[in-house]
This record gives sequence, C-alpha cells and structure tokens, in this order.
Amino acid sequence: MPATSTANEPAAKATPASTRLRVNPIACSGHGVCAELLPELISLDEWGYPVIADAPVPVSLLKQARRTVTDCPALALTLARRCLPSQAAADR
Amino acid sequence: MTQRTEDHPRISSPRHQAHPIHQTDQTSQTHHPSQTHHPSQTRLLPPPDQPIIDLDAHLAWFGPLPYRGTPATLIDEVKAAGLTGRGGAAFPVHRKLSAVLASAARNKAARNGRARPIVVGNAAEGEPASAKDKSLLLLAPHLVLDGLQLAAQAVGATEAVLYVGMEPASADWLDGLIGQRQATGLDRAPVRLVAAPPRFIAGQESALVSRISGGPALPMFTPPRVFERGVDGRPTLVQNVETLAHLAQIARYGAAWFRAVGTPDEPGTAIWTLRQADGRVEITEAALGTPVTRLLDLRDTQAVLVGGYHGAWLPAATAAELSLTNAALRPHGAAVGAGVLAALPASRCGLAETARIVRYLALESAGQCGPCRNGLPRIAAALADLATVTPDRPLTDPFIIDDLARWSGLVQRRGACAHPDGTVRLVASALRTFSGEVDAHLLGRCTAASGEPFLPVGPGPVTEKDWR
Repeated sequence: MPATSTANEPAAKATPASTRLRVNPIACSGHGVCAELLPELISLDEWGYPVIADAPVPVSLLKQARRTVTDCPALALTLARRCLPSQAAADR
Repeated sequence: MTQRTEDHPRISSPRHQAHPIHQTDQTSQTHHPSQTHHPSQTRLLPPPDQPIIDLDAHLAWFGPLPYRGTPATLIDEVKAAGLTGRGGAAFPVHRKLSAVLASAARNKAARNGRARPIVVGNAAEGEPASAKDKSLLLLAPHLVLDGLQLAAQAVGATEAVLYVGMEPASADWLDGLIGQRQATGLDRAPVRLVAAPPRFIAGQESALVSRISGGPALPMFTPPRVFERGVDGRPTLVQNVETLAHLAQIARYGAAWFRAVGTPDEPGTAIWTLRQADGRVEITEAALGTPVTRLLDLRDTQAVLVGGYHGAWLPAATAAELSLTNAALRPHGAAVGAGVLAALPASRCGLAETARIVRYLALESAGQCGPCRNGLPRIAAALADLATVTPDRPLTDPFIIDDLARWSGLVQRRGACAHPDGTVRLVASALRTFSGEVDAHLLGRCTAASGEPFLPVGPGPVTEKDWR
C-alpha cells in the first residue's frame, strides 16, 4: 500500500490523522455490509467487493468505522493506526 | 525420470523451455579479480559450456568462501556495494538483511522462542519466459550455496532453505551437492531443499513462506511481513538466488570491485534471459546500464517485452534507444524486473501474444481475492475478444477499451499480492505499444502475418493440488 501524505489533515488529539481502514482481500467474501454501514468511506465494485476511500478516517466517522469493523461477517476489516510499510519488497 | 550425472546438468523446467544457450557477454568490462589467466568476461556465469560443478574446482575458480566472523559485518559491505534484489523488485539487499537481524534481536529481547532467523534462497522462477535462475543453479551452483551461507551468517541464521522450481531430477542433483558441502564441513548452516510448484506466483514472498512452512504456495495477507514472522513464525530473509551469488562475490572481492561496472545508482551485473526474434533463447550476464541493442538483435522486431509477464511492452524503436537501468526504463513504464528481454517478431500480432499471456496469468491467479478472481478473467476474455476479431466476427463488446480500463483500475492495489497489478501493467503497455494494431482490430482486421504463438506460457487450469 502506498503511504500517502497526511499533511493536510487537521490535527486530531484523540486519534492519529493516519488512522485508515484496510480490508484483508483474502478474508473478504463480499457480503457488502461495510458499504451499508459506512457509505462515506466504502463503496462496492461491480462484483460486490469493497472499494475503500484512499484517505484517513476523519474523527467524525471514527465511531462508525469501529462499528463497521466489528460488524464485518468475515472479520476482514481493520483500522490501522499508522501507514503500513511499503509492500514493494520482492513481491514475486 | 531421466538419469542424470553431475557432468551433464541440463537446463530444465516443468514447462520444458527451449534449451537456453549460455553466452558470454562481449560488452561487459568485467574482469575476474582473483583469476587473470582465464578469459571470462562475467562474474557469476562460468565460460560457455564449462559449468563449475565440482566443489574444489569452484573454490579454485572463484576463491575460498570468506566467512566474516561475526554476524552483520557483511551488511555494511553489501550496503556500500549497492546490491539490489535480482528477483524482480530491485529492493536494496542490505535493508532486508538489517530488517531480519533487527527483528531477530527484538524476538530475543522479548524472550520469544522463535528468535532464530532463517534464510531462503528463492529459485521458484515461476515466470515461463525466464530461465536465468535455473541456468545459474546448473552452471555455478556453489556460488548460490556460498551466498546462502554468507547471508545466513550475516543475519545470525542457523538454518537455510533452497526453494527451487526444477524437475525432480535436477533438484535431486542439487541436493547431492548440498550434501557434499555439508560432508566437507564447508557449510555452517544446514540447507534444506524445498520444491516450488510450477505456479507463476509460487516465488512471491508470502507464498514461498507458506509453502516452506508446509502449506500451499499461496500468497498470504500482510502484515506481518516475512522479515517479522515468516517460515515457522521466524524472521525470514528471502533472496533470489542470483542475488545470493552476487552477495558471495561481494564478500570475496568487496564493494568497490562490485561497483566497477554498472551505473553509480544501479551497480553490478545481472543475468538476463534473452528471447531473440528468431526464437533463440540465451542466458547472458551483462552490466546494468548495457544498451538493449547490445543484447537483443532488433532486426525484424516490432516490440520488446521488458521484465517479463509482469513487465511492459515497448516499441522496438523506443527500446533501441534505452539502456538497461530502472532509471532509464521507468519513464517508459518498464523495469528491469527479473531480467527478461523478449523481441517480438514483426510477423506476430502483439495483441494476440498479450491475450494469450493474460489468459495464462488469469488462470494462475490464486483466486483468493475477489477483485483478482473476478477482474482477471474478464480482462483476459476481453483481450481475447479483441485479439481474435475478423471481418465476419466483430467485437462482442463495443466498449471493450473502456471496460479494460475500468477493470484494470478495479484490480489495482486490491490483492494480497501484486499479481493483479503486474497483469494490468502488461495490458496497459500492450494497448499503448500496439495502438495501431488496436485500431485495426476495432475495425475487424489483424495486420499480423503469422498466428503462431511466440512466447511460452504454462499449462493452464490450476486445481487445488497444484499449489504444493
């Protein structure tokens, strides 16, 4: 996952500006519950799999995002606190 | 199973590739530092038709195995040399070494029983167009095994694995060499040979870790990264076998020697698999920064595939102007990758070739991630539709180019591994490079003189048992 600059995000005390939603694509079975619970950040592609906004979760949506994570039937969603290291290393 | 002797290693793979002809690169400026009496212009590959199999002959040719005493002393040398991975991603080797070492130290501090790291030499080489890793193992196997030992010492590993995608007979032969080294006491870390299934993505780091840990060779979700928790939950260093051979030579002759060829930013040599337009397949070693035209004969060539099936097509006229560094290739959407260069003859249809490759890549999807499982077959079918039009059978989908672009966007960065990303990179480059052919096909015509397939693909449909 590419690390995106979060310089423009307003500073939030309770949550780091870099809190992001991430889906485990292997675990995800395309129930689509997430897109109903959090349409602000998640839409579904034409095959029913979630497309997650490439942006940090705003503080105003954090509670809703946490609930979406716990309500995923496949437990495929996570809220990551910081940017994940680049996946560039030797994929294949 | 064929009878084999140590004297006659044979280039072989589960896909029965053409026999690569080992060729010494005439353009390289390399001189072997320890030996002035032989004419070799290469650093890793022995002279043509002279594989170095015997251990004593190997040590006489390349020099003794330079263990460095304490772990980590080699890491600084590798950093100074600027060695990057030769398996495709060109990741700095010293950073992986340091990450594994640091991860093991953290485990030790936490009294985690899985502190001891493990080192894996990766020769899965699932790419059908590539034969350089198998060739290196058959021509100079001890150089790879030297590198495996030195890498193990650099990260404090007491165990190593050689993960190879070869015929069982070749693997048995390699296993014999490993046993011989252990019997002579040369190797400090015991080496285990694990067979990689003949799947395109079997060498992807997390798939490799899964297979060596006893599971199927399927990619896993990260994190954890393999340097944190890899084989059996231990910090794991995965390096391509050519990278390990370079590492062994850097340990012998130093960073300055390594940097004597190549460019300042991309130093050293690489082993290339060359597929010439006349069908010849050659394995050659040449410095990074070598002009494409020194390696490929571009007469009768319309386009060059650079980097393999996760790489990019470039028009022959563009390729003819380029040198082989990532810095030079990047603006054209290409990369050195694992060193595959293929010249597509003028007689062939670039769209038909790409459609065949993409069909193969779609079949090689692990099918674990929704976007890849759904997207790749649609992309492959659309390309096949576009490639096979005739005046009597026009396109079934009039919006095919738009659909390809949309599906490509939908699979990117949405898989557990980079297989979908690499596949759509190839597709995008084909639509760019063969844009004239695309226009002709949209009108129901193909300009190619020959429909005969050019580039090799694997056998296709994959079932559950094929991942082991």
